[in-house]
Amino acid sequence: MRRFDLTLPETVDECVRLLVERGPDAKLVAGGTDLLPQLKTGMLRTAHVVDLTGVPQLRQLARANGSGLRIGAAVTARTLERDPGVNAAYPAIAESGAMVGSVQVRNLATLGGNLCNAAPSADMAPPLLALDAEAVIQGPHGTRRVPFASFFLGVRRTVLGPGELLVEIAVPHPGPHSGGNYRRHTPRRELDIAVVGVASQLTLSRGVCTKARIALASVAPTPIRAAEAERVLEGQPVTPELIERAARAAVDAARPISDQRGSADFRRHLVQVLTRRTLTTALARAGA
Amino acid sequence: MSKQILRCEVNGEPVEALVQPYDTLLDALRERIGLTGPKEGCGTGDCGACTVHLDGQPVASCLVLALQARNRSVLTIEGLAKNGVLHPLQDAFVRHGVPQCGFCIPGVLMAAAALLAETPRPTEEQIRYGIAGNLCRCTGYTKMLDAIREAAHAQA
Repeated sequence: MRRFDLTLPETVDECVRLLVERGPDAKLVAGGTDLLPQLKTGMLRTAHVVDLTGVPQLRQLARANGSGLRIGAAVTARTLERDPGVNAAYPAIAESGAMVGSVQVRNLATLGGNLCNAAPSADMAPPLLALDAEAVIQGPHGTRRVPFASFFLGVRRTVLGPGELLVEIAVPHPGPHSGGNYRRHTPRRELDIAVVGVASQLTLSRGVCTKARIALASVAPTPIRAAEAERVLEGQPVTPELIERAARAAVDAARPISDQRGSADFRRHLVQVLTRRTLTTALARAGA
Repeated sequence: MSKQILRCEVNGEPVEALVQPYDTLLDALRERIGLTGPKEGCGTGDCGACTVHLDGQPVASCLVLALQARNRSVLTIEGLAKNGVLHPLQDAFVRHGVPQCGFCIPGVLMAAAALLAETPRPTEEQIRYGIAGNLCRCTGYTKMLDAIREAAHAQA
């Protein structure tokens, strides 16, 4: 690996100060599962790396009944996969965490890293979009909150400005009679990247859908919502026929490319299949 | 950009080592601490040959910076046997003749040991997922699964 120096801050304020001092060349490392391969292969070069693993605030996973979930940016995929509270109320988040890499990678890889790398295929992004989560960002001019729907700007680009760092992901509680699910298609079940990933979240009141969220990964430059498909469901009693109509509508939101993982046509097909399956599971969980 | 002192616990013993800021934990273990059980296969977290336990959890030590292990506890394959007695998994691997070239075995054993520590009676699927992050280019997976199944059965 090319040489760099490493600083070991213990607070978020210190991280921000280091980012400002060292300028845009400085890179943050938490799990290192994306950064280190890029540094080793020479895809990325930097003289300064700032380690986030010694900042306790970033590793906090906090629940408050009714008011939602606060996930520190350096909470690992493995923690989200195993946490009983996350599994109970936010199963799509736990499911997406369980799909990242191998167990050796999930014990390192963090939610913040998965999001800030801003890959179109980021597994942990669609559940957060479907849950109306917000990014809590701290920088030299204070703290700001950004809805996840506007966090990603493009492939590997986010709203994070100079000196800013993602501190926390705030997820509102979905409330009673709500259910969610994340699924993806990969040729290999572990250590692979989604050809398509879909998260759905359904909230019901007396059998009628009051809120629907469908989010897609790997079919556009950023993870996206399928808003038309959501409108097909809202205000209606959810039947298998309606789910099929929503799944077809979700295909229209996708703008996939053809690459070595799959053709654009195959990806559109997968959007329909995975939207149907995630909505069906979300419906069952909302009713349970 | 100068060497720093890494203080951590390795295989139950406090260790101090001079490391470069860009050394990985795997580099530190192999080059500075002299434990060559963990192997570098891919160097990018795909093959699992470098698997060690960090605070009891299996990690790819090629993706951890050495200084990220400060004040933490590391267990390598060298620390898996206790007081000269092989871990039940090591014993089962020997009896089943699992190693062929042997390069992947330290990583597989550390992944399997973490699985059994957390899930003493794993299902077939849990065993397969537990070592999904470990590649064996001799393709000796069948005997691995047999040995892990037997060790789990013996200790349960």
